Amino acid sequence: MTHADLAMIFAGLMGLAVFIYAIADGYDLGVGMLLPQSASNEAESMRDTMIASIGPFWDANETWLVLAVGILLIAFPTAHSIVLYQLYLPATLMLVGLILRGVAFDFRAKTSVTQKGYWDKTFFAGSLLTSLCQGYMLGRFVLGFEQSMPAYIFAVLAAFGVSIAYCLIGAAWLVYKTEGEVQDRAQAKLSLFTVITGIGIILVSLANLWANPDVLHRWFDSKLGFGLIIIPLLGVAGFAALTLYIRKRHRSDLWPLLCVVVIFASSFLGLAASFLPDIVPGQLTIFEAASAAESLEFILVGAAIVVPCICGYTAFSYWVFRGKSQALKYE
Amino acid sequence: MFDALLSLANADSALLSRIQFAANISFHILFPTITIALCWYLLYFKIRQHITPHPMWQRAYRFWVKVFALTFALGVVSGITMSFQFGTNWPGFMEKVGNIAGPLLGYEVLTAFFLEATFLGIMLFGQSRVPPWLHTLATGIVAVGTMLSAFWILALNSWMQTPAGFELREGIAYPTSWWAIIFNPSFPYRFAHMLMASLLTASFLIAGLSAYRLLKGDNKSTPKNTLKQALIVIAIAAPLQLLLGDMHGLNTFEHQPQKVAAMEGVWETTEGAPLLLFAMPDESERTNHFEIGLPKVASFILTHDLNGEIKGLNSFEHHPPVAPVFFSFRIMVALGMLMISTGVIAAYFLLRKRAWPTWYLRFLAGMTFSGWLATLAGWYVTEIGRQPYLVTGVLTVQEAATAQPAANVGLSLAIYLVLYAVLLVAYMHTLMRMAKKAVEVPEYESAEIPHAPFHDETKQPKTAEA
Repeated sequence: MTHADLAMIFAGLMGLAVFIYAIADGYDLGVGMLLPQSASNEAESMRDTMIASIGPFWDANETWLVLAVGILLIAFPTAHSIVLYQLYLPATLMLVGLILRGVAFDFRAKTSVTQKGYWDKTFFAGSLLTSLCQGYMLGRFVLGFEQSMPAYIFAVLAAFGVSIAYCLIGAAWLVYKTEGEVQDRAQAKLSLFTVITGIGIILVSLANLWANPDVLHRWFDSKLGFGLIIIPLLGVAGFAALTLYIRKRHRSDLWPLLCVVVIFASSFLGLAASFLPDIVPGQLTIFEAASAAESLEFILVGAAIVVPCICGYTAFSYWVFRGKSQALKYE
Repeated sequence: MFDALLSLANADSALLSRIQFAANISFHILFPTITIALCWYLLYFKIRQHITPHPMWQRAYRFWVKVFALTFALGVVSGITMSFQFGTNWPGFMEKVGNIAGPLLGYEVLTAFFLEATFLGIMLFGQSRVPPWLHTLATGIVAVGTMLSAFWILALNSWMQTPAGFELREGIAYPTSWWAIIFNPSFPYRFAHMLMASLLTASFLIAGLSAYRLLKGDNKSTPKNTLKQALIVIAIAAPLQLLLGDMHGLNTFEHQPQKVAAMEGVWETTEGAPLLLFAMPDESERTNHFEIGLPKVASFILTHDLNGEIKGLNSFEHHPPVAPVFFSFRIMVALGMLMISTGVIAAYFLLRKRAWPTWYLRFLAGMTFSGWLATLAGWYVTEIGRQPYLVTGVLTVQEAATAQPAANVGLSLAIYLVLYAVLLVAYMHTLMRMAKKAVEVPEYESAEIPHAPFHDETKQPKTAEA
């Protein structure tokens, strides 16, 4: 196996990890941002149900981020240094957000009634902070960490765009996993989030084409362009199916979540198609950044055995917790 | 104090990064140190439920699994920040030894993190959804996962202490034997010493909180039982830890003699060196003040010869700062001795079948978090004792540090410190609150005992517990 093959395999694995993270922790963070903030008993009981729906999954979901950053660190150490050097403060704030969200899960259930409200606010704030930072970092990354006012404004827009996209997938998750009032509330919010996410994706795509001439060339001039058309079509199909569902509610409760996954996949493939083989846009390719072949081979052997196992027991966990979620309680 | 603040304000990002990483990893290690062993306790409680269907075991599980869940969550979130800091603060580390460190970290994520996280979900929330044997199996898998995690990260840490199985080509480390890298000279000792530290930390936590409940008037059989279980473990594990620590020390003496010289405060190479019970090491005059020592004992412990030679700090070109290593080592050993005494007293009362006297319960409650102090002190010995190197003989800390502006590192450090302080207080407060709340729970009916291994708890009001 050549070094270039290894670089591509690990780039693929990393992409997969980021994609799964964006979906899996995306719905966790979305649910966190959708928590009703009023102090009433109904709101508290809704928060209990909503948090119960992600309780068994969030820890494993967050691990995909550790894997993605881990692969960046292990397989492309130079890129890891550049990216995290540029994103030092937003990455720090994102970690603070993740810490707050993660500990609020447990503290809210174990602390006194008077303090539970504070931890619920912490849960919301942590989810929001994490989402905003991730969007901001994506925005900075897409424009190659350019130091200009428009680039920073773009990053701020991306911060809100990603947060809304997470709200969308969070609402779709709640439609799938809950019933009654919580489900109705999530259902009612789907259309707004769908519209904003759609506009956000279009804006990011246009900005990407406008700011990166190479990307523009790749999508419209080259031989590739024709084949690439399938990616935006996929996104359009996702939006169409979701809109149809919102109007008619004619399918199972899982349908909106599947539509949002398709939309995320299209956005994700769009970014990959724009930048590969660059791992830091305009600066570094995966082939230049890849670490030593003997190290990549050693870990590939393990990954080939372990990753299918991870997929297997993750599927098992979703099967165990299938259907509408119940109140969480320890035995 | 003002001078210290001023020097911190003028500090470079390398120093700030060091403080940040130290704060981060010190905060992080508190939680895995508990969960690694606590999960085996939980598995034991589960297995006892299968063997003897007594509600006492289920209650023990129910209380401690909540402690476990909270502790595990804190461990997870504080661990994630560290995987980022390799890149944000120590880019030189990955550039120079990333080919070795990367795969070890990768294997930790792949083999341990997903395993723990997924089965934790089933362990915490799946009892009503899976058969009892599967729930016990999930508990066992989480226990194995936490140990696997410790295995990989300690393999990496030990490699940084005693690197092996690699070659340097153009200044970059390349692996030559993964077996030699993983099972490097100090790894088996450090791994065993750390696992035993975890067992003691969890045992003192269990004993301390159980004693606290008894002191608050809890008369139920569950805290009495968990107290007894934990004390039996302490009575066996504390002396064993002394043995493991001694073996680890001898291993360090062989591979990192400069660290041992700092631990023992030996400035000049000495034959028949005394074991210093107390001293004030003075880095500028390269001597100790106020020495109180046992003649020739240090030489005897390290060389098994009263007149054996201990290489002094003078024989090394680079050596670690002496005072922090010297004092951390003494704090660790003193706590270890206190733990052994705790075990001896426990054995005395257990063998004589006497009730626990109040003073002993108070003492145990005071020792609740003693495992944390001993573990931190031990890690400071080994990590500060590695200085000025990040990877012994290969890479110094200074070479690996980031070029990030000091203001950025200072800001992130300040945020982390505030956050960690708040979380630590909240954690300890919550544990105490849970113990107090458990006091008020009524005892189970004697009618529940014979055939109720998994008796129905759904009578309680449903609340979402995460």
